[in-house]
Amino acid sequence: MTSASGKKIRALIVDDEDLARQIVREMVAPHPEMEVVAECANGFEAVRMATELKPDLMFLDIQMPKLDGFEVLELVGTDIAVVFVTAFDEHALRAFEVHAVDYLMKPFRAERFEAALHRAKQRIGGTVPFRPEELTASTRTAGTYAERVVVKDGTRVQIIPVSKLDYAEAQDDYVALASQGKKHLKQQTISSLEAALDPKTFVRIHRSYLVNLERVTRLEPYGKDTHVVILNDGARLPVSRSGYSRLKAFLDQQG
Amino acid sequence: MHPILGHFRRLVLYLAAWGPISAILVYLFASLGGLSWGRAVAMALPLCALYAFVCLSAWYTCRGIPLENSASWLAHLVAAGVASLLWIAIARALTFVLSSFQTFAGLDQQTARAYPILFGSGVLLYLLAVALYYVLLSNQAATEAEKREVEARVLARESELKALKTQVNPHFIFNCLNSISALTSSDPAKAREMCVLLGEFLRRTLGLGDKALIPLRDELALLHAYLSVEQIRFSSRLKVEENTASGALDSLLPPLLLQPLVENAVRHGVAQLTEGGWIRIEIRQPEPENLAIAIENNFDPEAPRRKGAGIGLRNVRQRLDASYGNRAKLDVRANHDRFIVSLNLPAEKEP
Repeated sequence: MTSASGKKIRALIVDDEDLARQIVREMVAPHPEMEVVAECANGFEAVRMATELKPDLMFLDIQMPKLDGFEVLELVGTDIAVVFVTAFDEHALRAFEVHAVDYLMKPFRAERFEAALHRAKQRIGGTVPFRPEELTASTRTAGTYAERVVVKDGTRVQIIPVSKLDYAEAQDDYVALASQGKKHLKQQTISSLEAALDPKTFVRIHRSYLVNLERVTRLEPYGKDTHVVILNDGARLPVSRSGYSRLKAFLDQQG
Repeated sequence: MHPILGHFRRLVLYLAAWGPISAILVYLFASLGGLSWGRAVAMALPLCALYAFVCLSAWYTCRGIPLENSASWLAHLVAAGVASLLWIAIARALTFVLSSFQTFAGLDQQTARAYPILFGSGVLLYLLAVALYYVLLSNQAATEAEKREVEARVLARESELKALKTQVNPHFIFNCLNSISALTSSDPAKAREMCVLLGEFLRRTLGLGDKALIPLRDELALLHAYLSVEQIRFSSRLKVEENTASGALDSLLPPLLLQPLVENAVRHGVAQLTEGGWIRIEIRQPEPENLAIAIENNFDPEAPRRKGAGIGLRNVRQRLDASYGNRAKLDVRANHDRFIVSLNLPAEKEP
């Protein structure tokens, strides 16, 4: 059996354990319609390979060095079908919220693997789009916030700890993340970024701006109704009227 | 059980306490009742001996009616009155018996005058007994409460230690089984070896958990089984170095004290490193009565903190506290990409 177009299904295997990759490789082997294009031992490699090789399917471990499986998916995920392969059952809910094809629990039977493969083929045949930029926000448990933001720059992965994120600026379908004098573009809406970050630290001061309160040094009037904040690196960001009341509430609280 | 009747020594003491009481009664009979000394003694001694036992019954009413009950005093007053009337009845019976003897002729007229004294002191003595019982009751309650508290504390400590001990990480088992599953086709001999090692690790973990103290060599055997399994999982990525002073091997320490530290070293070390990691275990005996254990590993300083980080260390700290108090020390340092846990504890040996 081959996919509808007659092309082979190209798969990427991502797991930091050699033996865990081996077992997936072995179970894929009897399927002539499948082709393993690469194996990756960590999240960075996975992002690079997925971007370069554009596979149809990814077998993805969750706990890995550098980037975890969800972060990998957030960076590459638009049209790659994902089967999570992990020993952890506590991520299952989150996996399905990010529209994973299946969730295999280590160790698994060959029959179980076949079923996952079957589902993956159905997904690859059809078109079920999903928006990976929403997943970080939607799947985070209440009360916990992102400790870092991952950005893909070509095939390179940039990790920005939230403490080093100065502000974010909406630019069409992207957000520009300002950190240590540099700007990083990420395909994400500013609202979903806002939802992922701790609201005690990051305040939406404008439709297009989210600012790290710890960077704010001054708040000055600007024009009739609007204000401007000045950050400690000298950057000036516009503050809308509703943004001003939100910001003021925080600054008053801090005394 | 009755606090006086049930204990022979207390009963003797209690009856001895009635000695002075009967002396007073003799005096009262003689001076106020106008009885001769001989007749007063003949009346007072048997009466006191009998009333001592009547008063013992106050225990049951005291136990039945708690002091907090507002009606308790009324009940005891009524009981005291009844007991005193009973005492007078006994006195009358005694008088009647004694009067039949020649020497006690005319006793009945004399004792009739002593009845008010008898009634008054009867009520007083009964109430005294009531007070005594309440003191005994509250004493008993206090001892029991203390005993319960001690028992609760012991239980809490035991269950705490148990909870801290039995901590085989299920993910470790699942990942191992997955490795074995992979090896069954590629390298069956190695799959079998891993089964044996995992079995050994589990057997030791489950077996050692029940003991209070084990020799260091047993803990090390457990660590070797654990690390051998992890080395198959991580293959060339995990390097282990171990250095143990041979004299330390017989030292006793709480079981599974080092295992969580080594497991941490794997989970936060090699498991987060793409280039592989190392673990160094060093056990020295700087002085004959001291054991110095250091577990060191490299780690990725940029890795996010994993959920549950710190629980293992906190548990080890609590267990050291429970076992040694301030005689043990746990020191944790992170130095660039190195993580070092140092333990200092008394080197105790089997007597």
